[in-house]
Amino acid sequence: MNISRPRPYSFLRDTYLWEIMHGMMVTMRHVLRNLRHWGQMPTIEYPEHKKIMPPGYRAQHRLTKREDGTVRCVACMMCATACPAECIHIIAGEHPNPEVEKYPLKFDIDLLECVFCGMCVEACPVDAIRMDSGKYTFVGFNRNDFIIHKEALLATEPLYPGGDPPR
Amino acid sequence: MLSLTILLLVLVKALFVVLLALAFVPFLVWLERKGSAIIQDRVGPNRAAIGFVRLGGLVHLLADSLKMLSKEDLIPREVDRFYYYLAPFLVAMVSLMLLAVMPFADQQWGVPMQVLTLNAGVIYILSIASLNVYGIVLAGWSSSNKFALLGGLRSSAQLVSYEIPMGLALVGALMVYNTVQLNEIVVAQGQVVLGFLPAWGIWYQPLGAILFTICAFAETNRTPFDLAEGESELVAGYHTEYAGMKFGLFFLAEYVAMVASSALIVTLYFGGWQVPYFTTEGLIAHAALLFTIACLAAVPLLIWLAIAFHQSYLRNLGRFKDIRDQEGHIYSRLCWGLMMVALLAAVAAALLPWPVWLAQAFALVAQIGCFLVKILLMCAFFIWVRWTLPRFRYDQLMQLSWRTLLPLALLNILLTGAMILAKA
Repeated sequence: MNISRPRPYSFLRDTYLWEIMHGMMVTMRHVLRNLRHWGQMPTIEYPEHKKIMPPGYRAQHRLTKREDGTVRCVACMMCATACPAECIHIIAGEHPNPEVEKYPLKFDIDLLECVFCGMCVEACPVDAIRMDSGKYTFVGFNRNDFIIHKEALLATEPLYPGGDPPR
Repeated sequence: MLSLTILLLVLVKALFVVLLALAFVPFLVWLERKGSAIIQDRVGPNRAAIGFVRLGGLVHLLADSLKMLSKEDLIPREVDRFYYYLAPFLVAMVSLMLLAVMPFADQQWGVPMQVLTLNAGVIYILSIASLNVYGIVLAGWSSSNKFALLGGLRSSAQLVSYEIPMGLALVGALMVYNTVQLNEIVVAQGQVVLGFLPAWGIWYQPLGAILFTICAFAETNRTPFDLAEGESELVAGYHTEYAGMKFGLFFLAEYVAMVASSALIVTLYFGGWQVPYFTTEGLIAHAALLFTIACLAAVPLLIWLAIAFHQSYLRNLGRFKDIRDQEGHIYSRLCWGLMMVALLAAVAAALLPWPVWLAQAFALVAQIGCFLVKILLMCAFFIWVRWTLPRFRYDQLMQLSWRTLLPLALLNILLTGAMILAKA
């Protein structure tokens, strides 16, 4: 039977030193390249430069509006039911238009609980909730600062209103 | 009265060496962090600033040391207090003691430029270096932590194993130089061989130099021999239970040990304080000319630096939107100013007469500077290796020492002896 066995290392490789020199040349190449082209390092220096997020990036939620500017949400609780983190809290109220039936009096999302899975967006039957705001930094001094309410969710704008990231 | 003068001189020299070694440490830490960043295609530390001074991340070290000094001095309940306190001091002290016999310049004004003019120079180094293991083992043992203990254990086995090839590699060098006094070893490396090579030890002892360097890596617990603190296996090894400045002392000791072994390698194999192609007499005789040339050589370098700083200033305009944006501009101005100073100094050195003491001082400074540059290059080599090679496995470590380095060191002695016999 033909068995392929690994060949024993040559003497040069066995001494380690030759291979170590090879490895050190690799790192030295990086050093020289980076010293010559300092600005082309892949690092994005965050507070001054920010990464351009792709259109599918799941960031902070926002609530969409109807043509007349009212909230599109019908308070059907599908998103709150689908949410694995149970971070969506809705209190429904009666909508003046009997065809709509309900609208949210209160729509709170606890961002500290949220796992940004996007299930709420999938579950929504009327396309009322989206995660295309592009906001991924949340700052607050206490836990209540991380609960965003209906008004703030409505006021959030999408990152790419046209649908495409800028070139 | 005379003995008092000698005592004072020794104290001054000791202070000089210790302060120099300690001043090297933050610079080396910076080199390590920035060097590793550049090797790994990162930018590295660059944010901390005092006013506009960022110095490419050098200010981070100040912040680091302040943090270490002001941290809570945490002591675990079960530790053996006495040895727990003793260990970091022992490690730091031993590393600093290594530098005591290192000659940093030629004898000037009848003063030997090393703290201790021991006749047993190399032997002293070997004996003190072997004490290093006590601090590490004590730290591992007294912490009453199994990871720390394992780290200490590994370290003791490693240091004991590598001391043997280290000592044997040294024997070859001692046979060539025929002395154990370190200053005499450096003096012996002052000539030129084959017409163009400085007569450094590495040409006489190539194998010995490689063996000694490998063992020096192991003795200072640097990668690829840093099994004592293998963080992926042992948390942090022997200093797992240390916090605050006690950890800082271990950290400091690691870098001081690196400086010490670099100094030893340079002294033994790279000509120590010898300025290549210039003897001390030559340096004194041509002091004015050499100083002028050095100043003139600095001028284009400073102009280039000034332009580079100005370009970086223009590139980063409006980046931080505070005084830090002005940094490149200020450094650029500084470089222009320094260039003017260098030009003036060159003119002054060329025109004014040089008293003998000034020429001697120039030789002293040139030799110290040359020694420091060599040490720095050696330390850069240490850092380069650290960020290239992975850690050894424990059995590979032992195999390398006992089955490769030890026979090679013995072979080196044999070859050196044969060469000496053939020459005689």
